[in-house]
Amino acid sequence: MDVSAISGEATMQSTDAEPILTVRGLQKSYNKLQVFKGVDLDLHRGEVLAIIGPSGSGKSTLIRCLNLLEVPTAGEIAYNGRRVENRFQSRGGNIGCGELRRHVGMVFQHFNLFPHKTVMQNICEGPIAVLKEPRAEVEARAMELLGKVGLLDKRDAYPNHLSGGQKQRVAIARALAMRPDVLLLDEVTSALDPELVGEVLQVIRLLAQDGMTMAIVTHEMAFAADVADRVAFIDGGVIAEVGTADNVIRNPASERLRAFLSRFNA
Amino acid sequence: MPYKWDFNSVLQYWDLFAWGLWLTFAYTLGSILVGVVIGMVICFGRLSPFKIVSGLSRAYQEVFRCTPLLVQLMWIYYALPLLIGVTIENYVAAMLTLSLYAGSFYSEIFRGGILSIDRGQTEAAKAIAMSDRQVMWRIVIPQAFKRVLPSFINQSVIQFKNTSLISVISVGELAYMAAVVNGQTYRPLEAFTIVALLYFVVLFPMTQAADYVEHRMRVSD
Repeated sequence: MDVSAISGEATMQSTDAEPILTVRGLQKSYNKLQVFKGVDLDLHRGEVLAIIGPSGSGKSTLIRCLNLLEVPTAGEIAYNGRRVENRFQSRGGNIGCGELRRHVGMVFQHFNLFPHKTVMQNICEGPIAVLKEPRAEVEARAMELLGKVGLLDKRDAYPNHLSGGQKQRVAIARALAMRPDVLLLDEVTSALDPELVGEVLQVIRLLAQDGMTMAIVTHEMAFAADVADRVAFIDGGVIAEVGTADNVIRNPASERLRAFLSRFNA
Repeated sequence: MPYKWDFNSVLQYWDLFAWGLWLTFAYTLGSILVGVVIGMVICFGRLSPFKIVSGLSRAYQEVFRCTPLLVQLMWIYYALPLLIGVTIENYVAAMLTLSLYAGSFYSEIFRGGILSIDRGQTEAAKAIAMSDRQVMWRIVIPQAFKRVLPSFINQSVIQFKNTSLISVISVGELAYMAAVVNGQTYRPLEAFTIVALLYFVVLFPMTQAADYVEHRMRVSD
């Protein structure tokens, strides 16, 4: 398996550490449609990886494979060196999706907040119901997170009464409440009105500064160039280019990537 | 000659009406409770990935939804004993049939409610590491519950009226009592008017409640 192609310069910063997530030979097919023909990818601790590519290229599918919301057809995913298995419970040295998702959080394009729960309950649901942490502790942490995303005054509001940008910031807080090691962000600004995109990107920027490990599927090229340590360009079922934001976005090697980027005036 | 109303001769049997109304309530509530349990079991049966389980659940639903309740009643009361060699008391047959019938409709209402919840909800719940059971009970069912409430109330209104059918196997509920009083007084107009009014007085607030819930849900969506 050729992994050398994907270890761009930026990964060298975290040379000694083993990647927190590794993907090897990942394939995904829906009936006859093959989305991935074999994707190799590493995500290192503290790294921000942006995944870009034309629509339909499978960016979202790839990120959704990382917490097994989408089950790969073939290939291997490992978390902290432990092989990810398609079952809920961990078994032997392998890790099941139940445990994996405690460490790998996700934020969705359409927020998917629980409409029958308040902002506070949305954020506390995971730690209380899944991690069985004491309510008082979880609520204190939730308040801290609400402060971080600038929504302290909305703690008792229901999602229906929030703007898109506010919903997404709550969704980020909900994911962070689990204290994940990795955060997967799946086109988190794509469903937002343009004037609300900034407030969400600002929160992500702060997370990046705090050293949060993130994989971000995005169409915001300027943002990707700005916040990502590495950028991976998916095209034709493989990772066609990967490297520092400077290399991939500002000096694209392939004609395909140049053509793709030209549409964003990045 | 205009009809001369005489409610007094009928109303002297008020205790029969009261007893009948009480039994109607009892059979309605009892069969709703048992029907809800059956409905949930069959609903999860239909959603089961195991083909045999979902197939059997489907078969149950179709048998009870596609035959008249009256026929089911008579079949269970008169025909089933011939098959199993045990007589079934009329109140047992009534309760059993009403519950099975209710269960078949409730199961479809519940299933529709569960399937109507956006897939994103399930995914978000899974993404915070919930087990399938937690996803169902903490996230999907509470939302589905609200959504099915109007249909559930409507089906329960039908259930209340359907209890009148068990009079054919001589269970002394409200409609049966109307016939009894009519037999005593020869006053069918008064007897059946009173019974109709009693059904209406109970059910009208129920349908109003269903409308109210439906309206409120539309607002909050």
